[in-house]
Amino acid sequence: MLRIYCPYCESVRDEDEFHCVGEAHIKRPERPDDLNDQEWGEYLHFRTNPRGEHREIWHHAVGCRQHFNVVRDTETYEIRHVYRIGEEPPHEAVLDE
Amino acid sequence: MNQQRRLNTGGRIDRTKPLEFTFNGKSYSGYQGDTLASALIANGVTEVGRSFKYFRRRGIVGAGVEEPNAIVQLDSNETSTPNLRATEIELVDGLSAKSATTTDRLGLRRLSSRLSSLMPVGFYYKTLIRPKIVWDLGEKLIRDTAGFGSVPNDRDPDIYDKYHHHCDVLIVGGGAAGLCAALAAAELGIRVMVADEQAEFGGWLLSSSTTIEDRASTEWVDRAVTALRAHPNVMLLPRTTIFGLYDHNLVMGCERLVHQQSSAPGFARECLHQIRAEQVVLATGALERPLTFANNDLPGIMLSSAVLTYLNRYAVTPGNDLVLATTNDLAYETAFAWHDVGKRVVAVCDTRADLAADLINGCEARNIPILREHVVTEAHGKKCLKRAVVALLSNDKRGLVGKSQTLNCDVLATSSGWNPVIHLNAHTRTMARWSEEDVSFLLDATSPSIATAGAINGVRRLATCMSEGVDSIRRLRSLSDDELVLPLPRVDEIPPSRADEVFKAPHWRVDSRAPKQFVDFQLDVTVSDIQLAAREGYRTIEHVKRYTALGFGTDQGKLGNVNGIAVLGDTLGLSMSEIGTTVFRPPYTPVTFGAIAGRSVGALFDPERHTPMHSWHVQHGAMWENVGQWKRPWYYPQSSESMHEAVNREVLAARNGVAVLDASTLGKIDVQGKDAAMFVDRIYSNGFAKLRVGRCRYGLMLRDTGMIFDDGVTARLGEDHFLIHTTTGNADAVLSWLELWHQTEWPDLDVRLTSVTDQWATAAVVGPKSRMVVAALCPDLDLSNARFPFMSVQSLEIGGIEARIFRVSFSGELSYEINVPAQFGLSLWEQIMAAGEPYGITPYGTETMHVLRAEKGFIIAGQDTDGSMTSADMNMNWCVRKSNDVDFVGRRSLALEDYQRPDRLQFVGLETTDPSQVLPEGGQLLKEPTKKTPAAMQGYVTSSYFSATLGRSIALAMVKGGHNRLGETLHCSLRGGGFSQARVVEPSFYDLNNEAQKVNVVDHDADQAIAPITGLQRSTGVTLKTEEVESQTAGVSLRQWRNFRLLTLVGSTGENRKQGNSPPLLETLPVEPCTWSSEDGVQVCWLGPNRWMSLELIDDERSESSEFFASQLGDISVIDTTGAYSVFSLTGPSVNELLLKSCTYDFHESVFRANSCVRTTFAKTQALVINQQNNRIDLVVRRSYSDYVYRWIADASREFGIRLVN
Ligand SMILES: [Zn+2]
Repeated sequence: MLRIYCPYCESVRDEDEFHCVGEAHIKRPERPDDLNDQEWGEYLHFRTNPRGEHREIWHHAVGCRQHFNVVRDTETYEIRHVYRIGEEPPHEAVLDE
Repeated sequence: MNQQRRLNTGGRIDRTKPLEFTFNGKSYSGYQGDTLASALIANGVTEVGRSFKYFRRRGIVGAGVEEPNAIVQLDSNETSTPNLRATEIELVDGLSAKSATTTDRLGLRRLSSRLSSLMPVGFYYKTLIRPKIVWDLGEKLIRDTAGFGSVPNDRDPDIYDKYHHHCDVLIVGGGAAGLCAALAAAELGIRVMVADEQAEFGGWLLSSSTTIEDRASTEWVDRAVTALRAHPNVMLLPRTTIFGLYDHNLVMGCERLVHQQSSAPGFARECLHQIRAEQVVLATGALERPLTFANNDLPGIMLSSAVLTYLNRYAVTPGNDLVLATTNDLAYETAFAWHDVGKRVVAVCDTRADLAADLINGCEARNIPILREHVVTEAHGKKCLKRAVVALLSNDKRGLVGKSQTLNCDVLATSSGWNPVIHLNAHTRTMARWSEEDVSFLLDATSPSIATAGAINGVRRLATCMSEGVDSIRRLRSLSDDELVLPLPRVDEIPPSRADEVFKAPHWRVDSRAPKQFVDFQLDVTVSDIQLAAREGYRTIEHVKRYTALGFGTDQGKLGNVNGIAVLGDTLGLSMSEIGTTVFRPPYTPVTFGAIAGRSVGALFDPERHTPMHSWHVQHGAMWENVGQWKRPWYYPQSSESMHEAVNREVLAARNGVAVLDASTLGKIDVQGKDAAMFVDRIYSNGFAKLRVGRCRYGLMLRDTGMIFDDGVTARLGEDHFLIHTTTGNADAVLSWLELWHQTEWPDLDVRLTSVTDQWATAAVVGPKSRMVVAALCPDLDLSNARFPFMSVQSLEIGGIEARIFRVSFSGELSYEINVPAQFGLSLWEQIMAAGEPYGITPYGTETMHVLRAEKGFIIAGQDTDGSMTSADMNMNWCVRKSNDVDFVGRRSLALEDYQRPDRLQFVGLETTDPSQVLPEGGQLLKEPTKKTPAAMQGYVTSSYFSATLGRSIALAMVKGGHNRLGETLHCSLRGGGFSQARVVEPSFYDLNNEAQKVNVVDHDADQAIAPITGLQRSTGVTLKTEEVESQTAGVSLRQWRNFRLLTLVGSTGENRKQGNSPPLLETLPVEPCTWSSEDGVQVCWLGPNRWMSLELIDDERSESSEFFASQLGDISVIDTTGAYSVFSLTGPSVNELLLKSCTYDFHESVFRANSCVRTTFAKTQALVINQQNNRIDLVVRRSYSDYVYRWIADASREFGIRLVN
């Protein structure tokens, strides 16, 4: 079980107050019609699934009902950073694209 | 009082408190402070069980958690508990235990004992292979005889409890190192918890003869524990085995409370502690390793440390004549103590040549002969140990030289070193490394928030253990020696010299010919078993473990694993570090299912949601269907009706007269804000921007993949105000989905989303006569088709209460869904039943609802769809916009090439050839009735019912290319092997032109009989049942508020505040997270950014709530959600304990402050917990959950009593 800091409630809570929504920073294409099926399919379905640092969106479902970003190590489950939607991850957490 | 082996003095037992107990049917006595094991030894019981495979006699080996043999079953009734270690059971008066291993009903074990040489490792696998029937029979026979203990034959009547804790530092282990760490941490004023598996703190100090400042070390322990108890921030947990260390330092411990033997209600037998520790100190100590030699399992052969523990702590002697066999210094203490109580030490056999002077002097002073470079190679005796055969070791210690000698003895204490208890840290995936210097596996590394201290690090000196305890706190808290000063006492001890690396004594014969040399006592794994496994090609310890069962017992190889690793290494010519350890996994010791379940059993197993009309349904004999966590009436059988008969009656009532459904569970989301219309328009596949105020529209919600996610009717209540209806089971998921889009993709839209599912009680009045019933309830409402058309909504008052009526239909009939705030729902329902009585109004449940909608071919998202169907697959492109003007969610995907495939599964109806045949839901559809596999699947049935309206069965299905296969006959496979023929038809069976919802049946005679509607009455979420729980000395007092006003406030205060012209009341909205403020008796709680709840508790039934916020908040949306919640006030001395049992949140005063309010999990559901000061806690829970929450509180309070306040 993880212990997660909510940047809106400003406190650490048990994992069961949250839902993991999936990988963060996947921007919906502005003009979907300009994309062919393969490109659209990549937006819909393809995720990085890294071993190590992973940026993901979590939802504080039981608390403030806000979504926010978490940088989590998928190997150690360590949570490296937490930051709000719209913010960029701290520099060292930016992954090699 | 026999106890022939009890010493007259000493020990930590209370000789003034004798206790009676039985073991294997015989009566014995012991003293307060004994374990079952020490009391058995006191009474001269040497044999405590038989071995698992060979049925050999076994005695007590250890004195604690490591014990492999003395596995007992307590009691024989429904509280019977199998697989307990006698060494850990505190003796209580009347205790009744039996060996868990003595059954040999078929004599098979005795047989296998005789045939043991013919039964090598893997015997069963190798011999019971062919034919298969041999394995089937053989396995059953083996399983019957194998295993420890028996399952209790009745439901466990005991209570198990669960607590959630938070602390700065958790110290695991209350020995010397742990106590010093605790004393140091307590100095800092931080929150400290100390857990120890034993009843008393002190660890090895309770067994050792070492003195501290010239006094018994236990005196220091007593002083340390007294000092810790006096600290307000220190919590001591004795009898608590920490069995798992999980991610982010969640630590699980199980506390044994059986010793309380309390018959008081509510007392738990065991308690699970879930500890969230900022930092952890592992001071878990070490367990001694036995020497391995021939016949080393004879009763009387024990760990050296265990012998010392029995002598010093329990004042019992396991025998008279002791031989000590050791490889290290520490074991000498046992020989010295044995001699000092007046018993004979026959000899000390040490594998080493060079011994420290102190050891030699100690033995000489006591006339104890030392046999250097000697080892015990074999033991003799029939029922118990009689003689030990010792011999001189060769120089490399792998062979024997010279002649052996035989020593008469009845106790043989052995030690091949110590195994640090590294299990917990190993749970966090760190590895262990072999230390040649310490002859132990030590931890390679720990995380920065975990420190280790004492014997777990291989330390053998008491003084070092103590200083490491203090150092561990310095390291975790980053403090220098000066910043944390804790004077440590002077310890009188001899520093130990280097130990030998000998695990197994050589034998004159090869191991496979020698008498058995046991490595794992519990599962009868021998040295030659491991050697055979190696010869058969098993190279890794993990494989050898699984092949030989080494370490697979309930003791998880605490004694045997390292010796097994040594044997394997020796056989393969590999070093200890090359072999390595097996992976340690939680739990460290077995944990009962009861402790893990806690109070989540029976009626509290899973939260239940009740609608406001629940009690009416109960009174009227409803059968129930679980929909998510909701309890919904399934059907209402009358007298002896079958389900089929009841449903047919209910269906016909809806089609021909009038019927009513409790539809309160339908998900409802309030959408407000300047951009509400744009938001709803983007979320649904069909357009909502142009929907007129007061009108409703059915909408399809797609995932961005184009797959159907949810559906339902959305009403436009105002220009910037919508109400979305969702599927019952999907309500929470849809709200999260909307929030995700709003917060991540469209944060600039001004949209305020609020769940109002619990706020509104909904009764759907359905059928051609429904208009007359509604007319009776709302005499002023114009119900004509022109003024109140299909797909529109009216706001009005019913019985003086605000209400909304939606003219929508999920049945195809004329239908009105009447909504009132939930607290008036029961009263509304009763009024509807009264108003409908002249028309024969019939309540109906979910089954009838399903039949009615299936007759019309209306889908249920989640039943007819499974997340892989597009709108086109369901033939529902009629509610998808053709224009690309609005890029609604899912739009682009609908054009994907794959979605145009003509052979996709498509939604159709099925009509069976036999009209009475109801197809099974989930039934597979085939082209031909063939049993040949594989057969090409044509599709499957999603919904299937008997339609009373049509007098035949109907079904809905997904069929490959189904839209073009109308008229084709398919075959549905039936359970049991048969097939049923069915024709593919349009998925709609009744009233194809949708005329029924417009009918207008008028029955003037009945009109006369209707009494005018009276005011609706308020009812609470829970009817408190006092008699079950009321207690005079209550630890918790609970009050349910009957009258209150609760508003949800949503919107940004930002702009107004910045410009300094905000309405003054805006200033009272708290901005600090999880806090509340109050003004004029109204409390405003922070729920999230731009979201608050205002709560006004009204003491007097008559006093009216103020219009405090409703009018004065400018741009903030105010939603009355009084009906959506129940409010409980909790007071009393045990409230905090109740919170620990119910919440994972940290309610310590440093976190949960005077003006705190926090939305968190409570009783497996959720609550807003408000600190009302003066030791009062208010709980705001969703109304539908309030009955469950109340039952949880009552159950959790049983131990301290609860009082209900009105
Ligand atoms: Zn939060």
